Amino acid sequence: MRVALVQAPIDVSAMLAEVSTASSGATTLFLGTVRDVNDARAVDGIEYSAYEAMARRELETIAREAEAQFGTPHIVVEHRIGFLALTDISIAIAVSHARRSPAMDAARYVIEEVKKRVPIWKREHYADGAREWVDPTRGHAEVRR
Amino acid sequence: MLFRAQLRPGDRPVEFFHMATVRVLLFASYAEALGTSSLEIEVGAEPRVRDVLASVRARAGATQLPPSPLVAINERYARLDDPVGERDEVAIIPPVAGG
Repeated sequence: MRVALVQAPIDVSAMLAEVSTASSGATTLFLGTVRDVNDARAVDGIEYSAYEAMARRELETIAREAEAQFGTPHIVVEHRIGFLALTDISIAIAVSHARRSPAMDAARYVIEEVKKRVPIWKREHYADGAREWVDPTRGHAEVRR
Repeated sequence: MLFRAQLRPGDRPVEFFHMATVRVLLFASYAEALGTSSLEIEVGAEPRVRDVLASVRARAGATQLPPSPLVAINERYARLDDPVGERDEVAIIPPVAGG
């Protein structure tokens, strides 16, 4: 199990190699990517920031929970911080397991928990020049530029 | 914290309250609202998370904080009634949006 916050582009191939074992019959790779529209507004990119020490700690807690719950230590999670352009990978979760169901369930568990608990924030940059912090609890909060 | 000091033998003890200084971290929209990413705030005796929040609310720009924001003490989520020590790092956490 390994988790990390990174600035550089995520190397998905390296993550897949890291979870690959002879006993793995299934590998799941989840990627979160920057898309070009949100709430019907054209998006140019997203700026990610974090309370880094706590974000690492929470990511590690979540990965350990997944490890215990789904029975595999072969879990790698990387979340990228900084400005990301369209199609860039913001989060990658790689899990391998002897069986496909727990491999898929573990990746699903990790991304859902990340969205609930890890102190990471994103500010969307829109094509019209505006920028807003994304608040999943109540849509978008308008913030001065 | 209440301290009791006796300066010389025979003197009446003097009692005083110690004001604690707590470091508060702010992030993302909250940091923008208050114009800073960290604050040093003075709180009274045996402060709880809710006391720290009350002090932060007195600052300019704090009207944007919701009634009960998420708070962490030393990188772990905390409750409003949790005690805050002088060396603790308190973080007020905006709604998270990772992934």
